[in-house]
Order: sequence, then structure tokens, then C-alpha cells
Amino acid sequence: MWELTFPRTVVTGEGALEYLKEVEGKRALIVTDKVIHKLGFVEKIASYLEKAGLEVKVFDEVEPEPSVETVVKGAEFARKCGPDWLIGLGGGSCMDVAKAMWVLYANPDVEVAEINPFTKFGVREKARLICIPTTSGTGADATWAAIITDVKEERKMELPSREIVSDIIILDPELPKSMPPSLVADSALDALTHAIEAYVSQWRNDFSDALAINAIQIIFKYLPRAYRNPDDKEAKEKIHNAATMAGIAFGNSQVGIAHAMGHSLGAIFKVPHGRTVDLFLSYSIEYGAREAMGRYADIARAIGVEAETDEEAVEKLVGTVRRLDRKVGEPASIKELGISREDFEKRLDDLVTRAANSSCTFMNPRVPDVEDTRKLFLYAFEGKKVDF
Amino acid sequence: MAKFPSEEWIKLFKDEVNKNEAYADAAKDWEGDFLFIATSDDKLDKEVVFWVDLWHGKCREVAQLPSREAKKTEFVYEGPYGNWVKLINGEIGPIRGLLTRKFKLTGSMAKIMKYTRAASELVGCASKVPTEFL
Repeated sequence: MWELTFPRTVVTGEGALEYLKEVEGKRALIVTDKVIHKLGFVEKIASYLEKAGLEVKVFDEVEPEPSVETVVKGAEFARKCGPDWLIGLGGGSCMDVAKAMWVLYANPDVEVAEINPFTKFGVREKARLICIPTTSGTGADATWAAIITDVKEERKMELPSREIVSDIIILDPELPKSMPPSLVADSALDALTHAIEAYVSQWRNDFSDALAINAIQIIFKYLPRAYRNPDDKEAKEKIHNAATMAGIAFGNSQVGIAHAMGHSLGAIFKVPHGRTVDLFLSYSIEYGAREAMGRYADIARAIGVEAETDEEAVEKLVGTVRRLDRKVGEPASIKELGISREDFEKRLDDLVTRAANSSCTFMNPRVPDVEDTRKLFLYAFEGKKVDF
Repeated sequence: MAKFPSEEWIKLFKDEVNKNEAYADAAKDWEGDFLFIATSDDKLDKEVVFWVDLWHGKCREVAQLPSREAKKTEFVYEGPYGNWVKLINGEIGPIRGLLTRKFKLTGSMAKIMKYTRAASELVGCASKVPTEFL
């Protein structure tokens, strides 16, 4: 038996935001950050919700790599205003906070770290969730987990509950239009990492495969266009859709060591999520290929790589990923992120411990032990081909 | 070769845990004891209850108990006998076992989720015990 969890409704295409005019309810709480607020998206969304007859409140205190404290504060705010809709508006941080807040809003005695797939939280007795991503990568709109940082422990917690999947996702191509090229690259490569890791995960299944492989094809085809030309509406819309498809895929099959290592590096050195997970993608393919050669070769062939053997296909896939990274200005090693050897070595034990204990590590097709995890970090620091 | 489930088997399991350096490292901060319960199914007539006391990367004590009421522990991990066989043989993982409802956990999930590697190493120890199933 394997249970799959999907968002109930996905509204996509030009004018998708207008769907909000049809939402039925009394009060909506928009969960967002100050940047999104300044960009004017909040007013636009509030105006649609008000047309539907809803009173609108705003919590705009979400920070990048959001903390437990922000979730607690947001849930207290929600309890004061009593929304029957939560609206996660922004990048992954805003949507993750909305999801975690939802649990605490419905269960004042529950702590953030206690969100888990086995407890019944009854969140829909209090409210429902609409996610509106403004970037194209995190997939947080489509997954049933929230990534929240425990600041004291410098640890990103992966908090899953099948209840916290969106009721409605709105993918309006108007929203990601204003993303600068570096954010287009960071976020789309995050989505690419989701899709590739979902396709090779130990928990992969027929449903996640279908969405993952399509998302991979779209991102390889359209990312260079979306990065080069900020006005390429078609490319940006395709990437926006692919990010959610990858989100549904990995939400139902999980991700692997590129994420385990990326979360660890991001929590300790405060590097944007998309950039860190993508940095480890090519190394994770080289490492995982020993156990999942055929799966990686499938991906290579799906994006048009011609090869006589699976080994050749995987080698070419790694090359294609690295070329794409270079094309869109992404770093190829930890060193290139600007982290000094001294700082890296000082925190290496912490990096290894966090990655080795991440639940993502155990979904990887080849599960590294602590020693291999350390070697992977060292190789990724130098930019060396994984040969073990 | 020890029969599963039996007092002899759980003692061999304890020895395997205490030999395992990877477990010692992954669970170096762990404090908490378990009841491991194999509930009855078509192969097992009556449920079997093991008490396993895990502390700072070592297994301090184990015992087969007469019933689940015999000891109050921080965690209870339980499932039908047939699913324990699959777990010990490495056919399902400890967390996947929970997600697919083959096993049930009572106790703080927040605490368990921080020790995924330790859980995986514990199952590895169980797989190393030379086992004869019913």
C-alpha cells in the first residue's frame, strides 16, 4: 500500500488570480513577506478576495529560511483574527510558514517540531489553504511538508503532514514575471533538483515518475530562455508550471542527498536554498548512479541525450547539468559560493552530522554513511568528480 | 541461529547494537526506551513484547515481557509479526513502515524524526542477528 497526496485544485494560466473572486468564506489571512508586500501583490490579491466578500488580514513577517518563532507568532496572529482561509503568498518560505501556522492555529498546544505524518491535526476544521507562488521552484505550494528552521540548533526541520497540502494552488504567470534572472535560475534549478531526485528516490512511484520526467524536460528546454530573456512569457509560464509539477512529484516520492546536503549547508552558511541544492545535484548523480544507473539514464534519454550505454548516458547527464549551471551563472562548488576553506573545515563536522541525519538521505537511491557524506562535502568543496 | 521472537533473539540483538559503531555515533545523544511489540497474525498466536532500553548510543538492557502492561516506556513500536519479518529482512524501512501503516508508533515523533539514521542502524543490527522465523 502506498498513499499519494495531491492538492485538490490547481488553477493555471493567464488570469488565474481571478479565481480568487469565486472563493467562498468570511475572512482570509494572507501570509507573506515584506518584499512581496512592497511589490503590490498583496493589494491585488486582497482586492480579488474582497470582491468575493471576504475580509482580508495580512501577516507579512515571514523571513528567508523561516524560523519556529515566526510560525508561532503567525499562529497567534491567526488565532486573533480567526480566518477560514489561509493564503500562502510568495516563495517557499511564505507558503511553508502558512502550512505550519495552520497546524498551530488549529492546535494551540502543538509545537512546531511535533508536526508529523501520524498525528491527526484536524486543520480543515479551522481553515483551508490557498498557495500562490510568486517564484518558480520551491514546490512548497504542492507538497505536504513545511521546511522550518530551528535557529538555536541551526537545523532545517522537514515537517510532514498529509493534512497540510493546499486546497487550491494558483499559478498565475503574471507573478513570476518580475523575478530577476538570478532568482529565475536559483528557483528553477531547485525544481530541477526536486524532479531528478523524485525520479530516482527509493519511494518513487508511477505517479511521481510521470510528473517528474515532464518537469525535467520542461526545465531543461525553457530555463535558458527564461534566464536570458526576462520578457519571455512562455518560458516563464512553463517553468512556473514545472515547479509545481516537480513539487507534486517529490511530495509523493521524496528527495535525496542533494537536499540533505543543501539543507545542511544552507542552515549553517545562510545560502539560498535553490543554489545549495543545485550545487550538490551533479555530485549526487555521480554518487547515486552506482545504485540507480538505469533511472538516471532514463532522465538523460528523456532530455535528448544520445548514448550507447547507460554509463555514457549518465556521464552526459552530469555534463548537461553542469553546462546548464554555468549557462545560468550557478556555482559549481562550495568554494565558488565564496565560503573559505577555513570556515568550511571549521563547520565540516556539523555539515556532515546534519546531512547524515536528514530524512532525505534515506530516500536516496544509494544511502551514504557518515564517511561517504563527509567525502561528498569535500569533493563538492573542491569541485571534484565523485569517484567512490 | 535464534528464533524470532524469543528472549534469546532480543539478547543477540542487544549484542549487535553494542557492537555497532555507526549506531553509537548516530544515537550518541539518544535517551529513551522502547517496547517492540509483534502483534499476532496468521503466523503468531499471541503478541510478543520486548523491552529495549537505549541510552547514549548503547543498548543498556533488554527483556521479553509477559505483556505490554508490564512496563511503561517512552516509545512503543508495534506491528503484526509478518511485518517484523519484512523489517528484519530489510524489505521495509522503519519510517516507511510507519507511513504505510505496517507499524504504529506511540511517543514523540518530533524526537524520533531527529534520529532517522539511528533508527536505520537499529534495523541493520536486527538484520545481522542470525534469525529463524516461525
